[in-house]
Amino acid sequence: MPQDVFAPWLDPDAKPIIQFKNVTKRFGDFIAIDDLTIDIYEREFFALLGPSGCGKTTMMRMLAGFETPTEGNILLSGQDMAPVPPNKRAVNMMFQSYALFPHLSVWENIAFGLRRDGMPKDEMAARVDEMLRLTRLEKFARRKPHQISGGQRQRVALARSLAKAPKLLLLDEPLGALDKKLRQETQFELMDIQEKTGTTFVIVTHDQEEAMTVASRVAVMDHGKIVQVATPAEIYETPNSTYVADFIGDVNLIEGKAGEKEGDKLSISWAEGQPDIIGTPQTSFDKGQTIHFAIRPEKVSITHDKPTNPVAFRGKVLDIAYLGNLSTYHVELPNGQIIKAQTANNRRISRRGFTWEDKVWVSWTDTAGVLLEN
Amino acid sequence: MRRFSWFNATSLTLGFAFLYLPMIILIIYSFNASKLVTVWAGFSTKWYGELLRNEAFLDAAWVTIKVAVISSSIATVLGTMAAIVMVRSGRFLGRTLFSGMIYAPLVMPEVITGLSLLLLFIGIGLDRGVLTIVLAHTTFSMCYVSVVVSSRLVSFDQSLEEAALDLGCSPLQAFHLVTLPIIAPAVISGWLLAFTLSLDDLVIASFTSGPSATTLPMKIWSSVRLGVSPEINALSTIMIGIVTIGVITASLVSKSNVARQQREERAAERLSAG
Repeated sequence: MPQDVFAPWLDPDAKPIIQFKNVTKRFGDFIAIDDLTIDIYEREFFALLGPSGCGKTTMMRMLAGFETPTEGNILLSGQDMAPVPPNKRAVNMMFQSYALFPHLSVWENIAFGLRRDGMPKDEMAARVDEMLRLTRLEKFARRKPHQISGGQRQRVALARSLAKAPKLLLLDEPLGALDKKLRQETQFELMDIQEKTGTTFVIVTHDQEEAMTVASRVAVMDHGKIVQVATPAEIYETPNSTYVADFIGDVNLIEGKAGEKEGDKLSISWAEGQPDIIGTPQTSFDKGQTIHFAIRPEKVSITHDKPTNPVAFRGKVLDIAYLGNLSTYHVELPNGQIIKAQTANNRRISRRGFTWEDKVWVSWTDTAGVLLEN
Repeated sequence: MRRFSWFNATSLTLGFAFLYLPMIILIIYSFNASKLVTVWAGFSTKWYGELLRNEAFLDAAWVTIKVAVISSSIATVLGTMAAIVMVRSGRFLGRTLFSGMIYAPLVMPEVITGLSLLLLFIGIGLDRGVLTIVLAHTTFSMCYVSVVVSSRLVSFDQSLEEAALDLGCSPLQAFHLVTLPIIAPAVISGWLLAFTLSLDDLVIASFTSGPSATTLPMKIWSSVRLGVSPEINALSTIMIGIVTIGVITASLVSKSNVARQQREERAAERLSAG
């Protein structure tokens, strides 16, 4: 592995900044976090991704100190955080609603935390101005929060939470209130600022694109458990379960039975009268075991003529979703199974190859898909 | 624009006449030169002058203002605290009962409130006077304050306080640096409401006052029993004035804040869109 790649989680000597050790959080009978253990490293941009109610916000609120774990420990730089109240933690949070103080100007909002620390006046002014420059808000310092736009408010909230130079910054759905274009711009700004300040960021989001864009590692959560923690590319290309495969991006999931193994290839029988699917398993499967075969639509080719790929099926085009840059074809096989195939529209629409009811071939290579147990 | 309709105009006129005609007559007659209340003898402000020379009325006015200021201040503190508990504490055993108990005095007949307070003061051997009126007024105006403040707190974003804690405030600092300044308009209008209620009250004050303390409404009531004098009209006019100003200020304080904020928000949106 080259030296300049940032991957402290692969280094056995690296000291994590945050450690969750068998943390469980219950609200009455409801288990929000279920025996969760995870390490997060310094300078990481760590994303907690999951549907609403999966426990990601609870994890963040426990880091900030607004909730305490029912069982287990949370360590920050090796120190147990349970007895430390929120105002004594070297952790700051950017709230989903931004939570800007409406009665204070932008400048005073950013200075708020510094004032509480009793920072000398000139030092504080310098720090606030630095934050204003970082977030390009110099012109709005004297405005009140309701006198600026949504995107600017978001930047004030970020500046305020970074002003105290926390060890760890928590971001709760920071871009949820922005429209799509602004959100994409801001994602890059966030990454830029994270790199400049060297702060560890933990972001909570339900938007998988956002998590994939900004994060160094993504933790996919479901029902209070972490299903998979990995880099965005690993999460996308080698999901460890059908849940992750299905949650991140679009996927074709086919259920079948493990057949004969030949070399590193495994055949999967999945439907009467259809040829077996050939895949490359990462783990071993017993013969006859149930297998879920997951393949991303963009790895499925769609052609008029019989392709040379080892896995190919005949079907007809049922639906076309035209997205401008891409088109997704829903191809129905004779047994009713629908396979989604995605192609880049690098030609103008008038010369596009396929239309409804066309007889086509869908095919893929024997390494394109992932074989999953559950 | 809606079309003019005779039915609407008549209803409006009758309605307002019903509400305000008695007061208008009272105000007009407070400027009557004649000593006889029912006979108009030209415009004069002499009864206002008479009033200023009347020791008994001035004493009563002083007692009333003292009672109103003290009781509304205590009621504001207690009512705000009650509102915070009710809005913040979420669900706990007996919450409905507790909130019902805060609001019950709003609908309790004043005679009963007054009588029960009187029995209490006699029971614990408290001499009736300014103190007992203050206590009584605090009791009933506190619930009005808590209604006004809690309606503001419901829309208060709790994460503001969490943000303050997160940035290093103790819970107490978070309250007085963030929560209080934001809910201040509601607290002020709660205070003004409590103040005007205390100023108005006759029934409860009559029950809980002693020979040493007479409030203005009590004084007016007792002198009217000996016949309405133009002086009373003048005094009532002044009271109507004070109460009106109080109520209008209370509603303006909360409304203008909201209106200004909305105006500026729209301006900000236009700015960012353009």
